[in-house]
Amino acid sequence: MRAIVMNPADNVCTVVEAVEPGVTVTVDSGAEKLTATVVEKIPFGHKFALRAIKRGEAVTKYGETIGLATRDILPGQHVHVHNLESCRGRGDK
Amino acid sequence: MQFHGYRRPDGTVGIRNHVLVIPSVVCANRVARGISQQVAGTVWVEHQHGCTQLGADADRTARILVAHGTHPNVYGVVVVGLGCETVRAQDIAAAIRQKCPYKPVHLVVIQDEGGSVKATAAGASAAREMVGAASLLAREPVDAGELILGTECGGSDACSGISANPALGVASDLLIDAGGTVILAETTEIIGAEHLVAARAVNERVARRCYEVINRCEALATGMGVDMRGGQPTPGNIEGGLSSIEEKSLGCIYKAGTRPLQDVIDYAAPVTRKGLVWMDTPGQDIEQLTGMVAGGCHLVVFTTGRGTCCGSPIAPTVKVSTTTPLYHRMNDNIDLDAGTVVTGDETVAQVGKRIYAEMLAVASGKLAKAEILGFNDFAINRVGPTM
Repeated sequence: MRAIVMNPADNVCTVVEAVEPGVTVTVDSGAEKLTATVVEKIPFGHKFALRAIKRGEAVTKYGETIGLATRDILPGQHVHVHNLESCRGRGDK
Repeated sequence: MQFHGYRRPDGTVGIRNHVLVIPSVVCANRVARGISQQVAGTVWVEHQHGCTQLGADADRTARILVAHGTHPNVYGVVVVGLGCETVRAQDIAAAIRQKCPYKPVHLVVIQDEGGSVKATAAGASAAREMVGAASLLAREPVDAGELILGTECGGSDACSGISANPALGVASDLLIDAGGTVILAETTEIIGAEHLVAARAVNERVARRCYEVINRCEALATGMGVDMRGGQPTPGNIEGGLSSIEEKSLGCIYKAGTRPLQDVIDYAAPVTRKGLVWMDTPGQDIEQLTGMVAGGCHLVVFTTGRGTCCGSPIAPTVKVSTTTPLYHRMNDNIDLDAGTVVTGDETVAQVGKRIYAEMLAVASGKLAKAEILGFNDFAINRVGPTM
């Protein structure tokens, strides 16, 4: 097991071992098996996109919104603070 | 299920039989520590409060100090004051005596004793007598349903919501089903998941309270005019893979299990209901720990992805790692490993049962690692400025 999807509605998964670029990962969402080829290094515990996520679209984990994509994200790309923004407690906006 | 605890004359149950030394004010810290260091079998707290505090802050300090003195895990108390402070040692001692007339309480006022050396000697003499008397008490069988569990996650990583927190949630459900009580805290770390917690509220009032508490907390963050990510998630959380407060919160709330939410109570307020209770605390580990212990929790199960070593001086603080490498790397401090969920060697339910069994063992006297190492972390969350 290399990655875990917490809910069938999720568009990201969490890797439970570091994954190198070019590696194809298959994850079981509970509803379906999804495959994505990782395009950049994903450190342990970090997330990559299972599907294309458009700029402004919700990033979904645990079946819930964990923030909005700040740019278009392709399947297999690292999803983290560089392309995902919290919607809450934002005094800067 | 049962454990072996200390039945107090008022019917409450302790899982420890501590002699506690409490300074009422920051200026008495040195003497309180000196007393405890001279007498094996005592514990002590230190804090930065008790003088030039106003209104709500002075009240909160006094209330939390008294709550630690009256806590069922405490057999007897030595209260130490300087003599000119706002939060007077005399008042703390009187409040403990009034609520728990059966407890030995000794008052030491440094100015009255004639200085720190004499005050330390007087306090040590009283503490020595209490430890001797405390050692005669025997444990007796107690129903698991009498336990109050504090839950905490600190130094979260992306596995917190996958392994340790869901497993702690299983243990929380087991305790509640046995008739016990579980405290969910860390209001900051429920932002983004409040709708899921509110949906479990037993009535409209409690559901409304969930949103009120979250809105107040979020307004404090936005009022500072900064991106909350400076503090939540913490830099360590982000390094561990958490990208937003919503993601952290959704992983955090797993530790509270699945049972109905009975109430939302204020910071450090006494926990009087059975079942799941949300205490409105900050996310800062030690302030939260202190609030839950003041509320009356007997022990705390603390999940961690980055590693932590803290512990309450009077409530055993059991650490659970989210990953197996962390369990081995910080084995001096971490009691249990939930990383077996990540590796696929155990299910969440299996680890949850293991945590529950450990809770009962610790309630019966097994020492948590934070206790063995003598951690006595204590911090009171402030309301306003110091004058």
